[in-house]
Amino acid sequence: MRFFMSKVVAVAAVVLLTGTMAIAAGVSDGVVKIGVLTDMSGVYSTLGGKGTQVGVEMAVKDFGGTVLGKPIQVIGADHQNKADIASAKAREWFDNEKVDMITGLLNSGCALAVQKLGGEKKRITMNTGAASTELTNKACTPYSIHYVYDTYALGKVTGQAVVQNGGKSWFFLTADYAFGHSLEENTTKFVKAGGGKILGSVRHPLSTADFSSYLLQAQSSGAQIIGLANAGGDTTNAIKQAREFGIDKKGQTLVGLLIFDTDIKSLGLSVAQGMQFTSGFYWDRDKATRDFAKRFYAIHKAMPTMDQAGAYSATMNYLKAIKAAGTDDPDVVMAKLKSMDISDFFAVNGKIRADGRMVHDMYLMEVKKPAESKGEWDLLKIVKTVSPADAFMPLSESTCSQVKK
Amino acid sequence: MNRLLWIILILIGLVAPFFVYPVFMMKLLCFALFASAFNVLLGYSGLLSFGHAAFFGGASYITGHLVKVSGLTPELGVLGGTVFAALLGYIIGSLAIRRQGIYFAMVTLALAQIVYFIALKAPFTGGEDGLQGIPRGNLFGLIDLNQSYTVGGSPLPLNLYYFVFALFCLGFWIIHRTIHSPFGQVLKAIRENEPRAVSLGYKVERFKLIAFVISAALAGMAGSMKSLVFQLASLTDVSWHTSGEVVLMTLLGGVGTVLGPLVGAFTVVTLQSELSSVGSWITVIIGITFVICVLLFRRGFVGELGRLLKKSL
Amino acid sequence: MELSFQTVMSQVMLGLNNGVFYAILSLGLAVIFGLLNIVNFAHGALYMLGAYVALLGFTSLGPLIGMPDFHLNYWAALIVAPLVVGAVGIVIEKTMLSRLYKFDHLYGLLLTFGLALIIQGVFTNFFNVSGDPYEAKPDVLSGAVNLGFMMFPKYRLWVIVISLLVCFGTWYVIERTKLGSFLRAGTENPELVKAFGVNVPLMITLTYGYGVALAAFAGVLAAPIYSVSPVMGSEMIITVFAVVVIGGMGSIMGSIVTGLLLGMVEGFTKVVYAPASSTVIFLIMVIVLLVKPAGLFGRES
Repeated sequence: MRFFMSKVVAVAAVVLLTGTMAIAAGVSDGVVKIGVLTDMSGVYSTLGGKGTQVGVEMAVKDFGGTVLGKPIQVIGADHQNKADIASAKAREWFDNEKVDMITGLLNSGCALAVQKLGGEKKRITMNTGAASTELTNKACTPYSIHYVYDTYALGKVTGQAVVQNGGKSWFFLTADYAFGHSLEENTTKFVKAGGGKILGSVRHPLSTADFSSYLLQAQSSGAQIIGLANAGGDTTNAIKQAREFGIDKKGQTLVGLLIFDTDIKSLGLSVAQGMQFTSGFYWDRDKATRDFAKRFYAIHKAMPTMDQAGAYSATMNYLKAIKAAGTDDPDVVMAKLKSMDISDFFAVNGKIRADGRMVHDMYLMEVKKPAESKGEWDLLKIVKTVSPADAFMPLSESTCSQVKK
Repeated sequence: MNRLLWIILILIGLVAPFFVYPVFMMKLLCFALFASAFNVLLGYSGLLSFGHAAFFGGASYITGHLVKVSGLTPELGVLGGTVFAALLGYIIGSLAIRRQGIYFAMVTLALAQIVYFIALKAPFTGGEDGLQGIPRGNLFGLIDLNQSYTVGGSPLPLNLYYFVFALFCLGFWIIHRTIHSPFGQVLKAIRENEPRAVSLGYKVERFKLIAFVISAALAGMAGSMKSLVFQLASLTDVSWHTSGEVVLMTLLGGVGTVLGPLVGAFTVVTLQSELSSVGSWITVIIGITFVICVLLFRRGFVGELGRLLKKSL
Repeated sequence: MELSFQTVMSQVMLGLNNGVFYAILSLGLAVIFGLLNIVNFAHGALYMLGAYVALLGFTSLGPLIGMPDFHLNYWAALIVAPLVVGAVGIVIEKTMLSRLYKFDHLYGLLLTFGLALIIQGVFTNFFNVSGDPYEAKPDVLSGAVNLGFMMFPKYRLWVIVISLLVCFGTWYVIERTKLGSFLRAGTENPELVKAFGVNVPLMITLTYGYGVALAAFAGVLAAPIYSVSPVMGSEMIITVFAVVVIGGMGSIMGSIVTGLLLGMVEGFTKVVYAPASSTVIFLIMVIVLLVKPAGLFGRES
């Protein structure tokens, strides 16, 4: 028995030691490592997911695969829309994998957790997926960048447009977590400012299968506009079921506050036609976007969403900043990123502000009628280009600690 | 021989953070304590609770809240979480022990689901986002648990690790004492033959309830530890998947053995971290492990080993 | 939200719609529990499997067998999916569950829990968690009917009607026919039934097969309403467990009536105090446990 036990301990010791060696071999600071942490399998995986990683990998390849003579590596992981998984994965990446920058981060709950950790560990997070304005306000850190869009811009641009068109009374269907709350709150502000009123709201869990009872509540509120403060599969499900109950036939209009090209694709133009929403990017805007989209399509078999194109742009500018700064030290790189102009096919008039907000032109989009569409992905038209100053929260309103007042 | 084994285990625990990723070790300790606490019920009282995540996760929210919002020191946070779990254990336990066997399992499952929905809806839990950014704080107001020491190039959060390790040892010691006390003997008697225990004049319900509360409290302590380690309390910790996981750990290691839950927790946590790259195949692998375990070796690793060695481990 | 007749009735109708799913699933659990004494944790996963059989039959079966134009239509799926899943159930019973009857019944629960994880895990790997739409709803059943107080989709009305028929049909067979009397006798005293020359193991196997086939049937019914997703069953099963505890395990009529009632109570709660709607069933369970531990329709053991 004693012999056996000592053997068990010996085996345990060997296991422990090999474990150590594996970790030691992974330590390498001669590499710039980019982590793509996003929803790879869940409700947001079509609009982000593997496509976001494709965007990042394309950027690394276009950059030449090395920076300052050192290789660039990309790793990806699925956070399954769970803040605990996101946070544990990011912690492991920072501690063991020496990941220098994390991008993607769809889902505000996950984004907030990872961004906070990045602040503590002094690593850069470039958020392309999540939307909550908290990321550039209370939760901002010296190392956080919010790249593509946020709920302020969505709520302001869409909210103002709808109210101007006569949609004065609203009822919200809100995804019950940080993102949904933030989107409802920001939209409410601009609806009220435009003279509209809010008749009520109902909160549903992320990934809801059956919206019928929420839709009936919205219906009996009598509001002209049913604002969908949710995203991805939730938005498309709500729109489909509203049709099932004949809600759209009774003079109520559904307004999706956050819509991606992929959502329109899954709804079909006949269902979605005429809807207006705000986006940070559309693949068919000009030649540069079309060129990128074609290359992206060849790999991913779908046109890039704003998250996926944004991940390309964020990675590219991050690498440019490292090159210009001559180091990958996060403090120096952040200073460089905040001082340089961000301008490429994705970002027009781009600039990263002190609070980490990357401001750039935003677009009010409208879904084409089936007759207007000339191809599988010819889904939208740009109704209006909105300048950064008209779309994003002014720096003076930001409660971010990085903003000097 | 037993003493030697314990000394070796404690030594391994003491030096482990220098060899293994400390966060992994701490996660392991949390789940090992969780499974051991669960084993008090299943292994020594014969009660299968399918709702232990309520205590584990519930306590992690309470600890997180006490430390983050009320600004208490971490040891008080853990104490608060543990006390909360004990109270919750008293409530759920009183209801559940009215039924036996499968009913008991289903009632605990359903009651735990109420706790899950409260965690989802209550204003202080952060809903889907969870309770984030829980500070680790200063132990007794003096020792900074966030402090890390650079050993061989990697920063090790040793203060936190030894705090967690000490809590684990405390919890494990309590379990050990409970099982080997006269109280533990009565529990075993109830498990083996309840009518007989009743006829001997034991108030069976009271014994079951006390066992339930002890088990719940220590499961809560494990959850409190986890919220300090990961600085996050989330819905995952209160979901029924977590309840299932702890059943698996205990079953796999060996129900009713002292070391079984440790071995089971080690196996499951290692599987999860080694296989994290295969994504949701982990669920499948865990499911298969469950099925094999139930069909082929119901005694678990340690139980089967004990049978081979004709010795209780 | 004000308590107008219209809002209350609409939500109660939707509740009834959910209630028939509770009823049909808890009925399956009750049938299985009655004879096997096993709580079938895999019930939710098999419900999901039924929905996927319908979905894949519609989208992928044709190309797979070299007939790209072939689609398994909705009506066929209503028959085929329960048969396929019933067969899966028979295999599960024969190869695994039957080995556990001589041990504690808890092992049956644990085994089926493991099976649920396996089935759900496999589907999570191949399909989107947020669900895929099932577009095979027959034209006859699309559109909505005006019920006076609301527009109610025809399809949901059909689901309510057919589910009630299946539930009460099952009840009739078990409680009022000779076949049913063997089943009930098998529950009470298997040895005696064996003495009558009934093949009890076969009866057990077929019962399990029928129970899970009911789950698959519910899955096909659910497919056009909800998206077909790998987690659709796991979200449902815990609530159904509570329904079963409230009704009293093993009671056929109890599980049907409780399922329907609780669906409507849930719908009503959505009008009165929406945040409580997901917990109200569990709260009722607590009250029932305090007052009548064996469940509303259960017998004290």
